[in-house]
Amino acid sequence: MLRVDVSKQLGDFKLEAAFESEGRVTGLFGSSGAGKTSLINMIAGLLRPDRGNIVIDDEVLDDTASRVHVPAHRRRIGYVFQDIRLFPHLDVRENLDYGRRMNGLTEDSLRRKRVTELLDIGALLDRRPGKLSGGERQRVALGRALLAQPRLLLLDEPLGSLDEERKEEILPYLVRLRDEAGIPMVYVSHDAAELRQLATQIVMLKRGQVTVFGGVKVLTGTP
Amino acid sequence: MFEISPTEWTAILLSLRVASIATLVATPLGIAVAWLLARRDFWGKSAVDALIHLPLVLPPVVTGYLLLLTFGRRGLVGEWLADHLGIVFAFRWTGAALACGVMSFPLLVRPIRLSIEAVDRKLEQAASTLGAAPWHVFMSVTLPLALPGVLAGMVLGFAKAIGEFGATITFVSNIPGETQTISSAIYALISTPDGDPAALRLVIVSIVIAMSALIASEWFARRATQRLHGN
Repeated sequence: MLRVDVSKQLGDFKLEAAFESEGRVTGLFGSSGAGKTSLINMIAGLLRPDRGNIVIDDEVLDDTASRVHVPAHRRRIGYVFQDIRLFPHLDVRENLDYGRRMNGLTEDSLRRKRVTELLDIGALLDRRPGKLSGGERQRVALGRALLAQPRLLLLDEPLGSLDEERKEEILPYLVRLRDEAGIPMVYVSHDAAELRQLATQIVMLKRGQVTVFGGVKVLTGTP
Repeated sequence: MFEISPTEWTAILLSLRVASIATLVATPLGIAVAWLLARRDFWGKSAVDALIHLPLVLPPVVTGYLLLLTFGRRGLVGEWLADHLGIVFAFRWTGAALACGVMSFPLLVRPIRLSIEAVDRKLEQAASTLGAAPWHVFMSVTLPLALPGVLAGMVLGFAKAIGEFGATITFVSNIPGETQTISSAIYALISTPDGDPAALRLVIVSIVIAMSALIASEWFARRATQRLHGN
């Protein structure tokens, strides 16, 4: 369960969002500039809310009233960025292994095998990110986030930097991820079609405010 | 003419030792300062920045004299260090290393600072979402990506340390075998009758050392850049 009730002033823009989701994939929908990325940056712990609280499964991650702010590296929340952000100085294998090392988790070849198979990245392990295509990079980024064993996965327009063809390449992996990985996700997108395929619940964001919250059918009529 | 005498060898080896120690000790400190200046905002930041650059603009003799006042046997810090830790700088090769370290510090810090500023903070954020604590983020992401700058700073600092003269001779004098580096040996030789051939030999040696350092830094930088760009 993810419960968010935050507000944050960002220049002239005020983000004020509250929702609670039990869904496997919570779709965060809105046009660009609606505050989607700021909102998940707060969930990730990269941005501190001015007021409010963020709770996952009864663990308070942010609560401005009692001055609780769990730093990003202790949240165990995976993040797949729109601009991918693989470590350029590490090869794919080391990128995938990074979260495990940093969290002091024991090596788990079975898990690694499952994730590399799920995402079809087994053949890329010895390459550097500079030698990967856009779609391959995004798959590796997904694998890297998954292998840190997060309790929640944030995906910020993971298809946003890809062309139509690459989107078609990645989407099936995301569906598999949703159905097989068993990790709840918050999926940010401005593309209603994408969310209809993936999300189980929708939070609609407009100019920093939650306007609609409900099942995927709330997307009816949106482009 | 091309035979290097034992005294000259002593000066050459001493210079190499002084410059290497100065660079090796100054580098971790330089990285820390560079990181602070690149990534943190704090009260007095511009004062710290100015202080570091001071040796670059002050007359070296002034820096040397200040070092003597501070780290000399009766200096504020020097006396305490000698009494409590047994570390003496005055008229020792360690003092030459200290003078070289201080004089080359601004040249060491600058490329490191620039390269840390150039590291994409988004990568650091990504590392923290993967569970890396700030220190680990620095060691596993920031520092490796800033490595070309670190190496460039080290080479530049080393080259400056090898050539340092004014502050060193003011602080620790010109004692053969203890504080007489290549520069101060050349200075002594050219004011001695018949010293010219020996001075010339040392001039050639310092040119060779400086050139090798520059070539090495180019080579390191190229390798590091290749590594970073995923090839």
